Amino acid sequence: MELIRLTNVKKTYKTGVTAIQDLNLSIDKGEFVFIIGSTGCGKSTLIKMLYREEKPTSGQIIVGGIDVGKLRNGKVYKIRRKIGVVFQDFKLLPKSTVYENVAFALEIFGLPKDEIHSKVLKALELVGLKHKIKNYPAQLSGGEQQRVAIARAIVNGPKLLICDEPTGNLDKNTGMEIMRVLNEINKLGTTIIMVTHDINIVEQMGKRVIVLDSGRVVKDYAKGTYRR
Amino acid sequence: MKSIRIIIRNIRDALKGVFRNFSLSFASISCITITLIVVAISLILSENVDNFTKLVERDVTIVAFIDNNADDSKIEEIREEISSLNNIDEYEFRPKEQITNEMRDSSEVFDSIMKNWTDEENPIQNTFQIKVKDINKIDNVAKKVEKIDGITLVKYGEGVVNQLISTFDFIHKICIGAVIALILVTAFLISNTIKITISSRQREIGIMRLIGASNLNIRIPFIIEGLILGLLGSIIPVGLTIYGYNTLYNHFHGQLFSPFIKLIEPVPFVYYASLILIGIGILVGMFGSWRAVRKHLKI
Repeated sequence: MELIRLTNVKKTYKTGVTAIQDLNLSIDKGEFVFIIGSTGCGKSTLIKMLYREEKPTSGQIIVGGIDVGKLRNGKVYKIRRKIGVVFQDFKLLPKSTVYENVAFALEIFGLPKDEIHSKVLKALELVGLKHKIKNYPAQLSGGEQQRVAIARAIVNGPKLLICDEPTGNLDKNTGMEIMRVLNEINKLGTTIIMVTHDINIVEQMGKRVIVLDSGRVVKDYAKGTYRR
Repeated sequence: MKSIRIIIRNIRDALKGVFRNFSLSFASISCITITLIVVAISLILSENVDNFTKLVERDVTIVAFIDNNADDSKIEEIREEISSLNNIDEYEFRPKEQITNEMRDSSEVFDSIMKNWTDEENPIQNTFQIKVKDINKIDNVAKKVEKIDGITLVKYGEGVVNQLISTFDFIHKICIGAVIALILVTAFLISNTIKITISSRQREIGIMRLIGASNLNIRIPFIIEGLILGLLGSIIPVGLTIYGYNTLYNHFHGQLFSPFIKLIEPVPFVYYASLILIGIGILVGMFGSWRAVRKHLKI
């Protein structure tokens, strides 16, 4: 079943730079998709449009039944609640504990304390950090911080998890550790779209791979067919 | 239940925000405190001046002296003429015996001089004391009273009264202007201080947006934070108002320079003033936060 559909999407920034053009793409529920390409090929712009950080100049983007391009700024939260986003720089609140960082996403919606507690612990268990709930981000390693960010992204039970170079700041082993966590989450039914530069990871994971160049899809490898 | 939980969470988050960013919160609180102290001083001054004006206006009377040869029926005629004039608030006939006795009671010196006076020797005249409705037209009334047959002299502290009242009026207007200007300046200063506080938390707002917080979700904790800052900032000004004004009042025994200029009784005045200060602190804090956070929400 289709979760994301992009039709004739074009994005030109105010500076005149066209980052995405003639882009058509469909991603099904439960897929794990890598998006690769050289710097400036439009990877980041593409995923930013998925969670409505950027608006397409033309074309249509449907995510989970919502026409994302037509969302007004005041209504952006509607799509954000269905999507988890993980970044290269983790984006954790430095003055909040691991528990608070993850619970933050649920508290906004006014969930009961017990429900928040059980969901937070479940998410932290999934990423293997249940024993560090009282630590602050600065007391954790890079890999652990990224796992907290992943726990925060999935605690809501989103249909889609978008990862923008989540292993970019991590060493090889830690990076693979993060990939194992993401794979677990994918197995539980969450669709994952991950932008990366790390070809080794892409090769090892054996998932669908979309290659972008100058804002266009130049290759779309089906699961397990990508070779360098 | 859900909305109660959200309110409690917002208050908790706001308190956390105040204490976790204490140095910046302290800056905002100090800013509110200092300006509210100045507002308190202006407020107390303004209200007292207003009070002086009212007291002076209330005490200003026209005294019309009646010819000592006038008999009761003549006095009655004068009374009727006075009552038919416009702009008369109240009037009272004061016979010379009454005035004499009052003067003798008020001072031993007067008493020793006046006790031996015979009725013929007593130079004091029967009078009418007249209060007017509109103090600005007192001249007009005085002139008309002077023309009444049987009235020998009219006194009402010409010039001095008008000058005093216009001076008080001027001070009062300046004070009100100062209070309004201060409130505006405070709102602006606080808004800027909170803007710095919030800019340092841009990351936090960004993350909140990212995980699906609506603009209201983001704004409310900050607005409550502004409310708390305003409340904390008004503690010292309120304390100073209550303690300071009571001390001032007791020091001057409730009057300034002369019994004529009475200060406003501290109770309930200081409590009203405190409520106004707290209200200004809260509103200005909330408005400052609202304005500051607006910038970070792409509306």
